[in-house]
Amino acid sequence: MSRAAAILLAMAAAAAPAAARAEQMVTALSGSRVEITSTYTGAEIVAFGVIERDLKTVSRAGAYDVVVTVRGPARNFIVRQKERVGFAWLNREQRRFIGVPSYLSVLSSRPLPDITSPQLQRRLRVGVDTHLSVIPDELLPERERAYRVALRRIEGEAGRFVEDPAGVAFLTPTLFRASIYLPATARTGLYEVETQLFADGTPLARAVNTFEVAKTGFEQRIAEAAHQARWAYGFAVAAISLLFGWLASIVFRRD
Amino acid sequence: MQIYLPIAEMPVDMFLIAAIGAAVGFLSGMFGVGGGFLMTPLLIFLGIPPAIAVATQAAQIAAASTTGTLAALRRDAVDMRLGLVLLGGGLLGTAIGVAIFNMLRRLGQLDIVIVVSYVTLFGVVGTLMLVESIKALTARRRGVQPLPPKPPWHRDLPWRMAFPRAGLEASLIPLVGIAMLIGIAGSVLGIGGGFIMVPVLIYMFRVPVALVVGTSQFQILFTMLGATVLHAATNQTVDIVLAMLLTVGGVFGAQFGARAGRNLKGEAFRLLLALLILAVGLRFAFELTATPQDRYTIAPVEVSG
Repeated sequence: MSRAAAILLAMAAAAAPAAARAEQMVTALSGSRVEITSTYTGAEIVAFGVIERDLKTVSRAGAYDVVVTVRGPARNFIVRQKERVGFAWLNREQRRFIGVPSYLSVLSSRPLPDITSPQLQRRLRVGVDTHLSVIPDELLPERERAYRVALRRIEGEAGRFVEDPAGVAFLTPTLFRASIYLPATARTGLYEVETQLFADGTPLARAVNTFEVAKTGFEQRIAEAAHQARWAYGFAVAAISLLFGWLASIVFRRD
Repeated sequence: MQIYLPIAEMPVDMFLIAAIGAAVGFLSGMFGVGGGFLMTPLLIFLGIPPAIAVATQAAQIAAASTTGTLAALRRDAVDMRLGLVLLGGGLLGTAIGVAIFNMLRRLGQLDIVIVVSYVTLFGVVGTLMLVESIKALTARRRGVQPLPPKPPWHRDLPWRMAFPRAGLEASLIPLVGIAMLIGIAGSVLGIGGGFIMVPVLIYMFRVPVALVVGTSQFQILFTMLGATVLHAATNQTVDIVLAMLLTVGGVFGAQFGARAGRNLKGEAFRLLLALLILAVGLRFAFELTATPQDRYTIAPVEVSG
């Protein structure tokens, strides 16, 4: 009896890693490079993912949840607040936000509070708020919170901070897709796409892809010239101004 | 039709930008002012970053004043000597102004100084011109001869120089000094200063209106060429695509403006310019005092390194 129990225990121990095996996830983007040309007005990139499970994978009571977080190149923001001083409105106070993604898109299959706890959201950097500061909103005094709310609102209106609780769509129970919309004002540089898989509030898997937003052709050459051959670029613009002005006076010469 | 600006890093509507260039060019050709005081706020309103707006419109004004200067030269309406003296003072002032600009920016007070200066400067200059031109207009309607000009205050200053084209003999001290002050104001506020130079030449030095426009454009041309090169070399904020779009519109506008300006009588010319300056001043006063739609503004800062 005890021998049989020992064998059973050993079997259980051997099976345990397999039984606890979590899902694997494979993700891909529709492109790895967004090229800015003279007619560029923004872009769309599609993220795909497949959740792989086999017979050993634990069965899940509920459906899977996916959060896709897109982070653009980091930058600092200064948020200023106008206050009434006498008859005029002047900038009085400001707050700095250091190292915030210049583009931030949080796409999910359900509203974030339904997917996982606030603590895990914060630790896994899920949600726009968690990127702005390590301190949760509710711990901030009203006065300080207002700056963060303003940053979120203004960048949100410009399409650079996005939080879409219906941004990830499941095509089958294990295949999903998410559309990432980049406004034309999104900065050039390297973008990170982090895909996180949850079930029953627990993180199961994580995958990262990247894509690049870069100027090409004419736009790239102009930007390079402006930064590398500064004086030559300046003189070239001045020469063009003179040329245009002179041409116009020839074209319009009547008297 | 949208086109992407490689330095400003945003798309704009080509035709809208060209139309703005044409409108500002028209006024600039008509009054012999650079138009920077109109162009900079318009571009910022369209969402162009302020540093790029200020630097790029310099290139457009240079183009518009090339046309204007050439036209004036053909009509022999430039006082070269006066223009060079003003240019010298202006360049000196620009150098001082850039230093002040950087100091204010370090202190974090640049925005306030700019708006308050716009309101004060435009309000004072505009009101003075308006009052004067209305007086002149009503005097003429009543058939009263305008009063003979009072002897100018700068009559007894030393270092006198004769400007036969302008029928002027004046000391270099007020001429260079005022050009310098305008240069300072210009580089701090991101404007060429033509709209101050024109009334100063008309009222303080009694230079004929026909000559003022050409001479002012001559001075603006070289100031703006210098500003374009310096902005490009020090801040990399000149957007060549934006500059060309503005210029194409601007040169056309300036042509028609110059024609319209030639048909204006002196008093009407001054009245219109006064109203234009006052309108811009009021616009800034409104911005300063009206309850803002959004109390918060965001300034992105590059992560250095």
